[in-house]
Amino acid sequence: MPAVTVLAAPMVPAAFKAADVSYGAIAPMLIVVAGALVGVLVEAFAPRRVRHTTQLALALVTLVAAFVVLVTVSTKATNRGGTLAQAVIIDGPSLFLQGAILLMSVLGVLTMAEKFGGQGSDAFTPMGAAVPGSAHEAAALRAGLATSEVFPLTLFAVVGMMLFPAAGDLLTMFVALEVLSLPLYLMCGLARRRRLLSQEASLKYFLLGAFSSAFFLFGAALMYGYAGSLNIADIATAVSGASANLEGLLLPGVVFVMVGLLFKVGAVPFHSWTPDVYQGAPTPVTGFMAACTKVAAFGAILRIVYVGIEANRWDWRGGIIAVAALTMVVGAVLSVTQTDVKRLLAYSSIAHAGFILVAVLSFDRTGVSGTLFYLVAYGFMTIAGFAIVSMVRQGGSEASHLSQWAGLGRNHPVVAGVFAFLLLAFAGIPLTSGFTAKFAAFSPAVAFGGTSGVALVVIGVLCSVITAFVYVRLIVLMYFTEAPAGEAVVAETASPYTTIAITVGTLVTLVLGVLPTQVLDLAERSSQFLLK
Amino acid sequence: MTNFPWLTVIGLIPLIGAAVVAALPAGVTDRAKHIALGVSVVTLVMGIAAALQFENKSGTQFQLAEQHEWIPQFGVSYAVGVDGIALVMILMALVLTPVCILAAWRDVPEGGKREKNYFALMLALETFMVGVFAATDVFLFYVFFEAMLIPVYFLIGSYGGPRRQYAAVKFLLFSLAGGLVMLVGVLALYHYGPGGSDGFLVSKLTGLHLGTTPERLMFVAFFFAFAVKAPMWPVHTWLPDASTEARPATAVLLVGVLDKVGTFGMIRFCLQLFPEASRWATPVVLVLAVISILYGALLAIGQTDLMRLIAYTSVSHFGFIVLGIFAFTTTGAAGSTLYMLNHGFSTAALFLVGAMLVARRGSKRIPDFGGWQRVTPGLAGVFLVAGLSGLALPGLSSFVSEFLVLVGTFQRYKFAAVVATAGIVLAALYILLMYKRMMTGPKPELEGPVRDISLREKIVVAPLIAAFVVLGFYPKPALDMLNPAVSKTLQYVGVSDPTPTSADGSTK
Repeated sequence: MPAVTVLAAPMVPAAFKAADVSYGAIAPMLIVVAGALVGVLVEAFAPRRVRHTTQLALALVTLVAAFVVLVTVSTKATNRGGTLAQAVIIDGPSLFLQGAILLMSVLGVLTMAEKFGGQGSDAFTPMGAAVPGSAHEAAALRAGLATSEVFPLTLFAVVGMMLFPAAGDLLTMFVALEVLSLPLYLMCGLARRRRLLSQEASLKYFLLGAFSSAFFLFGAALMYGYAGSLNIADIATAVSGASANLEGLLLPGVVFVMVGLLFKVGAVPFHSWTPDVYQGAPTPVTGFMAACTKVAAFGAILRIVYVGIEANRWDWRGGIIAVAALTMVVGAVLSVTQTDVKRLLAYSSIAHAGFILVAVLSFDRTGVSGTLFYLVAYGFMTIAGFAIVSMVRQGGSEASHLSQWAGLGRNHPVVAGVFAFLLLAFAGIPLTSGFTAKFAAFSPAVAFGGTSGVALVVIGVLCSVITAFVYVRLIVLMYFTEAPAGEAVVAETASPYTTIAITVGTLVTLVLGVLPTQVLDLAERSSQFLLK
Repeated sequence: MTNFPWLTVIGLIPLIGAAVVAALPAGVTDRAKHIALGVSVVTLVMGIAAALQFENKSGTQFQLAEQHEWIPQFGVSYAVGVDGIALVMILMALVLTPVCILAAWRDVPEGGKREKNYFALMLALETFMVGVFAATDVFLFYVFFEAMLIPVYFLIGSYGGPRRQYAAVKFLLFSLAGGLVMLVGVLALYHYGPGGSDGFLVSKLTGLHLGTTPERLMFVAFFFAFAVKAPMWPVHTWLPDASTEARPATAVLLVGVLDKVGTFGMIRFCLQLFPEASRWATPVVLVLAVISILYGALLAIGQTDLMRLIAYTSVSHFGFIVLGIFAFTTTGAAGSTLYMLNHGFSTAALFLVGAMLVARRGSKRIPDFGGWQRVTPGLAGVFLVAGLSGLALPGLSSFVSEFLVLVGTFQRYKFAAVVATAGIVLAALYILLMYKRMMTGPKPELEGPVRDISLREKIVVAPLIAAFVVLGFYPKPALDMLNPAVSKTLQYVGVSDPTPTSADGSTK
C-alpha cells in the first residue's frame, strides 16, 4: 500500500504536532499538581496519626517551592509568553496573580491546620461522608478520624486558581474554572459544626456553580462560532477585524462568558450564593475562598476584558457598569442588615468586588495595576479577618452572631484590636491597605473612565460610607458595649499556625497602607498583558 | 539649623510618646499622665523653637518645608511646611494639648490600662493635628484628615458619657461621608494637575486652568468635607452630640482644633486651588455662614445642657469665620484666621471651666445650678471671663477678630455683615443668660462642702485667660504672622480690596 504512506506524511494536520512546552513557565503549576497528587497518596498510605502533620508540611512545602520557582525561574524573560500551543499565557498579570495566590494559600493552609488542642483540624468534620448527627459520625469522632484530605483538595484548587488567570483560550479557562471549583464545593461541606448548614452551602454552591459553568461554556461556544477559534488572542483579532457574518453571536457570547465569570467573583445579580456559602463553609475555607477565588476570577475577567473583547467594549460596557454599580450598592446596603459576622463579611466581599470592577472598567493599564493591587490588599486582610472569626468562640463553637461579639475588646484586647484594625482596612481608612487599594482602584476610573467612571467612583465612595457604618458598628460592639450575661465569649488561644497567618495578613495590611511603593511598583510593572 | 526637620520632629515626639505611654508595664500605669504631660510640654517647646525660625516676610509660601517621595506611583510626597496660618494653628494645638492633658488628669479615675490608653490616644491625636496643618501635599493632608478621626472616635466612644456610642458613630459617619466625597475631588484634582511623582503637592496644583465645570465640582467636593468638619449649618448636627458626650478635654481638642481643619481647609484648598469656583460659590456660602451664625446663637440660647450650649456657640462662631474667609478682603480674612486662634482658646476655657463646674454639681443641666457664685466664687469669676471672651467683649481677643471679620465683610457684602451683626447681640444673650441662670440667685442647698478652684485647675485656666487678654490688647504678633499668608491666599483668588467710598459717594 505505497499510496497510503505517501499520503499519510503530509496529511498530519498541524494541530497534531506536539506543542512546545516551556517548562520553566508552568513549573509552579506542575509543582502544585505534583504536591496534590502526593497528598492523595499520603492520604491513602500514611498512618493516621502522622497524616495531619505530613499533609500540612507537604502542602506548605509545595506552595513555598512553587512560589520560589515562580519568582526565580518563571519570571525570566525567556519564559514569558504563550506556551502549550497558546493554551497558557505567562505574562505580567499571570505571574503577579499566581504569586499572590500562592502566598495567600500558604496563609489559608495555615489557618486550616488550626487544631485548638484537638486531634485534627478544628474546623473540619472528622468524616465528611457521614450523615450529620448519625451514629456513624459519632463513631468517626470517637475513632479520632480527621479530615486531612482538605490539604490536597486545597492544592488542587490552587492549581485551578493559578491556571485561571493564565489561560490563553476559553477551553483552558473553563478547565481551570472547574479544577478550582470542584475541590471548593467539597471543602465547603466539611464544617465540623452546623453540619447541615455546611452541606446546604456546599450543595448551593455546587448547583449555582454548575449553572454558571454552563453559562460560561455556552458563551465560549458562541464566541467560537463567531471567531472560529477559542484562543483569546484570535478572538481579539476577530473582534477588531472586519465584521464576520456571524456578528450576532459575539454579544451573546460575551454576555454568557461574563455571567460565568461574574458569578465567581460574586457580583450582583449573580451573588446570591455568596452569603450562604461564606456562612456555611468552614471558616478557614471561607477565608481562603474569599481571597484566592476572587484573585483568580478577577484575573480571568481582566484577560477576557482587556485582551479578548476590548475592541467592542462600547457594546457591552454599559451592562458591566450597571453590574458594578449594583454590586457596590447591594453589597453595601445589605451588609447593614446582617447579624452574622460571616454573612456580614460576605456582603462586604460583594461590595469589594464592585469596587474592583470600577478599576477594571477604566480600560487603562493603570486600571489593571489598580485591580492587581486591590486583589492583594483585599486577599490578605480577608484571610486574617476570617482567621480571627474562627478564633472567637462561645461554648466551643464559633460565636458568629454579632451580639456575641459585644465586649470582646475588654476581655481580649489584642484579638479585638487586630480585628478592629482589619475592619478599618475593609472600610478604607488611610494608613491601611484598604485605603491605598481603593485609591489605586478609583484613581484610574476617574482619570480614564470618563463620566461613567466618575459616576461609579461617586457611588463607590458613598457605598464606602455605608460599609464603614457596618464595620464601625462592629467596633462599637467590641469596645463600647458591655458583654451580655451568660457564657463568656472567648478568643481561643491560637496555635502558631493561625497566629502566623493573622500576623502576616495584618502586617501586609499595614505595610501596604503606609509604604505601598514596592508592591504598587510591582503591580505596575506586571500590568502588561501579552497576546502570545 | 535651617535644615532641621522641625515639623517632622514636632509630629513624631507625641507619636513616640503615645507608643511609650501605651506600652507602659502594668506596675507603672499611674505614671501615664505624667509622661503624657511631659511629652506634650516638650512638643510645645519644640514648636516655639520652630516658630522662632519662621520669618514673617518671606517670599516663599511654605517655610520649614520638607519633602520626600512617599508613593511616587500615586504622585504622593511626604511634604510638610507652614505658612503663617498653619503655624499659628499648630502652635494653638501644641498649647491646648498640655492644657487638656492637665485638665483630664482625673478623667479616668479607675486608672490602669484604660487610663494609659486614654492619654496615649490624646498624644496620638496631637501627631495628627500637627500633620494635618503642616501637610503641603493634598494626599498627605487627606490621610491625616481621615486618620485623625480614629483616635477621636475612640476617645469619645470609650471614655465619653452615657450616649457616647451614638455620638461617636455619628461623628465618625458624618466626617467619613465628608471625607470620602472629598476623596473623589482629590482623585480628580490629580488627574487635572501636572501629574508625575510629586503631582499632589499644593504648589503644583495651584493656579491650574481646570475648566469651569470640573473646578466647580471639585470645589463642592472639598467644601462639603470642610463644611461638615467646620461645622456649618445644616451639617452641624454631629457637633452638639459629640461635644456633650465626649470628655471635656476631648471636646476642646475636637471643637478647638480639629474643627479648625475645616476652615483652614477652606483657605488652603478651596480658595487657593479653586479660586474661580470659590468666587462662584460665594453667595451660597455667605448665606450658609449667616444662617450658621444666627441659628447657632439662637439654639445656644435655648439649650439647657451646658456642653451643648457651648457647642452651639461654636457653630455660630464658625459662621463668623467662614463669613470672613469668603468676604475676600484682607481685613476679613485676617479677622477669620485670628478668630480661628482666639476661638480655640475661648472655647477651651468655656469647656474646661464648664466641666469643672459640672464635676462639682454632678449635672450638666443649667437649671441644676443657680446661685453658684456663692459656692465657688473663684470658678464663677473664671467662668465669667471665659464667657465674656465668648461674647467678644472689647479688650478680650475675640472682639478683635469678630470686629475685623465684620468690617472686612462690610467692605464687600454689606447686607451679610449687617445681618451677621445680630449674632453679636445674640451672643451676649446666650452667654449672659447662661451666667445668670447658673451663677446668680440664692445659694443652693448642697449636701457637703464644695471646693473652689484648685491649683491644678488654676494652671489649666491661666494660659487660656492669659492668651485672650494678651491677644485682646496686643494682637500684633499673631496678625503679623497671619497677614502675609492671608494676602498671599487672596492673591491666588485674584481679588483686591474694594476701594473705600467716602460719605458723599465719590471714591477717594
